[in-house]
Amino acid sequence: MRQAALRTASRPSRLLALSVLLALVAALAGPGVAPAAAAQPIKIGFGMALTGGLAGNGKAALLAMQIWAEDVNRKGGLLGRPVELVYYDDQTKPANVPGIYTKLLDIDKVDFVVSGYGTNLIAPAMPIVIERKLTFMALFGLNNNEKFGYRNYFQIMPAGPRPAVDWSAGFFELASKQTPRPTTVALVGADAEYPHNALAGARENVRKFGFKTVYDSTYPPTTVDYTPIVRAVKAVNPDIVYVASYPPDSAGIVLAAHEVGLQPKLFGGGMVGLQFAALLSKLGAKLNGIVNYDFWVPEPTLKFPGIEEFLKKYQAQAEKAGVDPLGYYLPPFAYAYLQILGQAIEATRSLDQQKVADYIRATEHDTIVGKVRFAPNGEWATSRVLQIQFQHVEGTDLAQFTRPGKRPVLHPERRRSGTLIYPYTRAR
Amino acid sequence: MVASDLLLNAVVAGVLLGGFYTAVSLGVSVAFGLLDVVNIAHPVFVILGSYLAYAMNVTLGLDPILTGLAFTPAFYALGVAVYRVYYASFEKTGQESLRGLVFFFGVLFIVEVGLLLQFGVDYRLVEAGYIGETLRLGPLSVALRLAVPCLVALALTAALAAVLHGTSYGRAIRAVAQDSFALRLMGVDPVRVKAFAFGLATATASLAGALLIMIGPVEPAMNREYIGRVFAIAVLGGMGSVGGTLAAAVILGVAESLTATFYGPSWALAVSFGILLLTLAVRPAGLFGQA
Repeated sequence: MRQAALRTASRPSRLLALSVLLALVAALAGPGVAPAAAAQPIKIGFGMALTGGLAGNGKAALLAMQIWAEDVNRKGGLLGRPVELVYYDDQTKPANVPGIYTKLLDIDKVDFVVSGYGTNLIAPAMPIVIERKLTFMALFGLNNNEKFGYRNYFQIMPAGPRPAVDWSAGFFELASKQTPRPTTVALVGADAEYPHNALAGARENVRKFGFKTVYDSTYPPTTVDYTPIVRAVKAVNPDIVYVASYPPDSAGIVLAAHEVGLQPKLFGGGMVGLQFAALLSKLGAKLNGIVNYDFWVPEPTLKFPGIEEFLKKYQAQAEKAGVDPLGYYLPPFAYAYLQILGQAIEATRSLDQQKVADYIRATEHDTIVGKVRFAPNGEWATSRVLQIQFQHVEGTDLAQFTRPGKRPVLHPERRRSGTLIYPYTRAR
Repeated sequence: MVASDLLLNAVVAGVLLGGFYTAVSLGVSVAFGLLDVVNIAHPVFVILGSYLAYAMNVTLGLDPILTGLAFTPAFYALGVAVYRVYYASFEKTGQESLRGLVFFFGVLFIVEVGLLLQFGVDYRLVEAGYIGETLRLGPLSVALRLAVPCLVALALTAALAAVLHGTSYGRAIRAVAQDSFALRLMGVDPVRVKAFAFGLATATASLAGALLIMIGPVEPAMNREYIGRVFAIAVLGGMGSVGGTLAAAVILGVAESLTATFYGPSWALAVSFGILLLTLAVRPAGLFGQA
């Protein structure tokens, strides 16, 4: 009966029914029917170490970057458009990087690219960004721009205008001020890009401060046992031992140093990994006395506006995300390097790579890691590599590292919050 | 430190390291040496053993060696299951060489990613009373962190040798390596024997993994660093010879240690593989292998 009625309904009433239906659909669809351009997200693309040796840091950085995107979108996005992060796992393998960035640019058509984490993973992206003249914010690479001199490269790690040298300058300067003045140096590092750069800079500092090198050797990153290496270092009896290593080697060397009884006057320098919660809690009191680089510790001289708020947000999500529960090392800087990019996009009101890059180069930026100004080579205009010393660390409780006192800053003078316990053996 | 002290300590450190390498390589020595199964997933089983030791250590405070021993039967069962799948899919149809290899690649990635999802990407370490302690005997300083794994590895090697040479099952394994058809004629099912052998090989991974995480920090992708080493040791020692594996592992451990101490650690791996190439040139069957 009903079917017959529909079939015999007149054409105008069918059209009316259709229009009412369409109007209903449009109304229910809501604001999505707004013009497409305004809702188009601004895409920021990158590779990140989500698996492999550097993944502990990479995943923490990703969380910080996602927090930034949420913060920005909550305030209305950039230029009225939401921000979207497009990323792939580079597996801490440099060989994966060119493919990832080509895909981001040619297929995902991102508006901006930023770097992944680490010297070794930034290097392979450089030729691509240089060829396409892109703005490139970089996350913790040591001296990646030295050979290129690319003008649109900006490094958020506060190494300083001469990164390889500034990296260890504070360590050797501290050494030079001690009594009795140390004289001999042992340089040890892994066979990889970061340690190579760090040791090159260390050699210059050794010359500058008038020390004598008595051991200078690298080891394969896949070394299982570090006791032969540490023994060889001990055999030459150096006053200073400067190590440039990645997390597994850092742990291996600290353990081996204890077993072999390595007792220089000053020990540490460029050991990546001694900033991570996992190694802090496992190595515990074995870290006492080591002087190492860092970029942010919960000391009273480093209270930048916004940092504590960020850390609260990060730490609330860290455990669920399975990342470093403290988040002091990389996450604040991962947030900051996107902060700068976002602020530049807003200030220039454009997505033009050169305009944004020019703005970044010319401005002092306010970030959660303090005021940032770049030198012409893209590094920080003033170095802020902190030298901290592990002091009075007890047991494996992680909470002790959230309070000041366990890692006082010794250098630079502006940020100093404690005194060096010298020589190394006195702190043990 | 006088040079002779340094030499003595380097040799001892090398021997200890070699002992540990033996534990990791035994499984490959049996699987690849005796059964011709290219099990490149063996190192990831070792890492699985490491993570189990870590999990038990963190939740129950168990010593890693105890965990390694406790999980050995489970690893045996895992090995038998993996072999059965491998046999049914590849060996039976004669496609073991390339496709079998791809199969083990697949197993490697599944286990590695499974560990990543479960435990995350951070490096993990265990705590035990003797890790970090050093024995000082005159000019010698022996880290217990290396000595204990070496001793356990030697015990494991002795146990495996006892099974292979002292039991009828062991004889059957050596027989199936020589001539599996003849074994069938004797009324023994070679597939059952091979499954048992492969299970035995995988069972060693449980304890080897516990030893690995005692020596240093572990993360899931580390298994790939060991693939080259363990196959080199299995080949150098002579396919299927347990004593050969021990000898090869100790030779490589000492070579690595001496090179790292006196000539620069960068050369350590080059020296190890150089020794392998030289040996194969002179004695293609390996040190203790039967041509």
